[in-house]
Amino acid sequence: MAGQAAPAGTGRLAALGAWIDERFPMTKLWKEHVSEYYAPKNFNFWYYFGSIALFVLVLQIVTGIFLTMSYKPSATEAFGSVEYIMRDVEWGWLIRYLHSTGASAFFIAVYLHMFRALLYGSHRKPRELLWIFGVLIFLALMAEAFFGYLLPWGNMSYWGAQVIVSLFGTFPVIGDALIEWIRGDYFISDITLNRFFALHVVALPLVLIFLVVAHILALHEVGSNNPDGIEIKKTKGGDGHPLDGIPFHPYYTVKDLFGLSVFLVLFAAVLFFAPEFGGLFLEAPNFEPANPLLTPEHIAPVWYFTPYYAILRAVPAFAGTQVWGVLVLFAAVFILFFVPWLDKAPVKSIRYRGPIYKVALMVFAANFIMLGYCGLKPVVQPFKTLSVIGTIIYFGFFLAMPWYSRIDRFKPEPARVTS
Amino acid sequence: MSEAIDRGRRQLLTAATALTGAVGVAFAAVPFLASWKPSARAKALGAPVEIDISKLEPGAMLKIEWRGKPVMVVRRTPEMIAKLVASEAQLADPGSDQSRQPGYAKNPARAINPEYFVVLGVCTHLGCLPQNRFQPGASADGVLTADWPGGFFCPCHGSMFDLSGRVYRGVPAPTNLEIPPYSFADSGHIVIGLDQAKEA
Amino acid sequence: MRSIGALLVLLAAVPATAPAATEGFPLQDAHTDVSSLASLQRGARNFVNYCLGCHSAKYMRYSQVAEDLALTEEELRENLMFTGTRIYDAMESAMPADKAREWFGNAPPDLSLMARSRGVDYLYTFLRSFYEDPSRPTGANNAVLPQTAMPNVLASLQGMQRARFEKTVDEEGKETVHLVALDPGIPGEMPAPAFDSFVRDTVAFLEYVAEPAKAQRKALGVWVILFLLMFTTFSYFLYKEYWKDVK
Repeated sequence: MAGQAAPAGTGRLAALGAWIDERFPMTKLWKEHVSEYYAPKNFNFWYYFGSIALFVLVLQIVTGIFLTMSYKPSATEAFGSVEYIMRDVEWGWLIRYLHSTGASAFFIAVYLHMFRALLYGSHRKPRELLWIFGVLIFLALMAEAFFGYLLPWGNMSYWGAQVIVSLFGTFPVIGDALIEWIRGDYFISDITLNRFFALHVVALPLVLIFLVVAHILALHEVGSNNPDGIEIKKTKGGDGHPLDGIPFHPYYTVKDLFGLSVFLVLFAAVLFFAPEFGGLFLEAPNFEPANPLLTPEHIAPVWYFTPYYAILRAVPAFAGTQVWGVLVLFAAVFILFFVPWLDKAPVKSIRYRGPIYKVALMVFAANFIMLGYCGLKPVVQPFKTLSVIGTIIYFGFFLAMPWYSRIDRFKPEPARVTS
Repeated sequence: MSEAIDRGRRQLLTAATALTGAVGVAFAAVPFLASWKPSARAKALGAPVEIDISKLEPGAMLKIEWRGKPVMVVRRTPEMIAKLVASEAQLADPGSDQSRQPGYAKNPARAINPEYFVVLGVCTHLGCLPQNRFQPGASADGVLTADWPGGFFCPCHGSMFDLSGRVYRGVPAPTNLEIPPYSFADSGHIVIGLDQAKEA
Repeated sequence: MRSIGALLVLLAAVPATAPAATEGFPLQDAHTDVSSLASLQRGARNFVNYCLGCHSAKYMRYSQVAEDLALTEEELRENLMFTGTRIYDAMESAMPADKAREWFGNAPPDLSLMARSRGVDYLYTFLRSFYEDPSRPTGANNAVLPQTAMPNVLASLQGMQRARFEKTVDEEGKETVHLVALDPGIPGEMPAPAFDSFVRDTVAFLEYVAEPAKAQRKALGVWVILFLLMFTTFSYFLYKEYWKDVK
């Protein structure tokens, strides 16, 4: 039963709109989530990355669909089918580079997006569930990237998968059965490739889409945070809208469009002039077909996994098993879920926290990058020691947070947003 | 609010941005749509096929695949060629007006050189492969009667075609068999899929 | 906060050099010019005459080579194609893989993507680093890929180099012998600069084969970025105009 006023405008289009609105909440959804969703007016540079990540998700899905039209998920044909796309399919090379550059762009956007949360306390109450959905997206994205990387069936694809799958073999008792179950075979084979294909093309994209929708719904339920970390809903005007809020449309649609176009310039620069990005986005060993008899000189995962790879390799074997490294690796990702409860500061935003958190966060960020660099390198000095130090700093940031987030020197939060 | 909203400027900027954006989207769509065109592999696999006819006996037939379809090359005897005119009264389209063939095959012999008949082995009814029944007269299985002059017979639903692939009246197939583009590379070789005119 | 941002952007903007990090014979710069059709054409001829006998380039179609290198079908057939190959065929080698394994121990690898997996500098240095080694079944060894099964197919052009070895003793008193340089030995048909040019052209062709779309990619990139800069300008003014309303 439509209870709202008839939409503005006369004529056929308005009548069509009214017909739809009686049967589907089109205008209601548009108003609730776009034209009358009030977001804080002081979003800065760090707030571009959510919409950029959403754009890249759509890009990956569209280019992924077109790649799937020509790709063959079989061990004998996969490598050749990628070259078929690169050479024989009209514009296939562009679609392929869009997808490979997009994968890296996705992680750049997501890492910066997560960093923004840590800057401004977007993980704090009442946005804990928003943060949790975000960490789930991060996990799903890592799985999606991992499964996707096997598909070209290059030598790094093969051996990277070999290493990561064998991590699961370190679990006591169930380890060997577990990896056989994951692989579906006694070694990484055509069977493994086919099932990773199904997961990468169907299962995980569906999971990602569901999680992104949940993430945005959770955001809209509570309202966005902002660089000052104060709740704009506390100060409402006569019309019931937050005084420091502005409707998402047209203000943030127009601003995000600008942010997206700047991103696209950089994205295009990489895609058209350096798609391999020095071997970071497309790894050189992957231009050779998978060879179970020839391991690449050193196996490095794609750059976005390298911080966690460094952490994994930093943990030595104890009592004859390497499962500890695997457990620490899992812990390094899972500890993210707990951040809303580890952060005990009375304020949200770094702007009103003292020097301790500022130093901690900067060190964490620089350390994450350093760990990433170590993860690219072979297991030699000084990277071995640096990885251990890096792992300790990484966990220290989270585990000591309940303590240092409380003892900091805080400034009073303003009642209204600043710039 | 220090100045009134300049609606004209807003409309202009919105239009400029929207137009540029639309042009960008259109350009971006081109590679995706174009990727559906036959790829170089499709073109390679669908490339013209050369067939050696130098050892083909009179009255015999060769079959070759081109673009996934069977192509039959028949070396017709003078008797077979003579029979072409005789059966014209029973044909649905003796002048090949409704059927598909290159310009040079729009004649009773439906060929460049009447001695060599090139035809697609795809029945115009529902696509079965017509059999060669070049022997005149009744067939052992009783399907063809004594007055059968020789031609093609489709086993799926009984369509009959003459020695030029022209369809008889009163059979399920609606039109004559299709003639593909072809040309003679030399006296001993035919190239299926390449018109004489296209050879640059 | 801006400093954190700047730091991250700066760090991210430095593409790490390929993590090769292996100790090996130092690689020389190939200085290939993939935009020179003349170089690519010479390289194609070199490849067909000296490499295609054993190595295939199975992802490269002759028709594509003709199109990109501005060769007519006649020029292609006369200079680059073995008899019996058709214009749309891929560049397959004449050698059957099982025989190759029998004769060389390992099938000569396909070269379609070698320039991307090893790099042009590697290929350029490799092809110029064969030297005399009577202990090898082929009579030659290679400084870049020691104990290679590949014979020195370019010996008639470059001649046969000789390796110069040096003994070093480390802290534990262990002696190692390693190769320090390659000296001219038996001369070949070409003086060194001409041979280097020959190899450069061949490697340029391999670079092209590894990514035929590269020239098109770069050319298109200029237009795309110009267009995007224009769009960015419009969207910027649109954004600023609407944001006059705010605050």
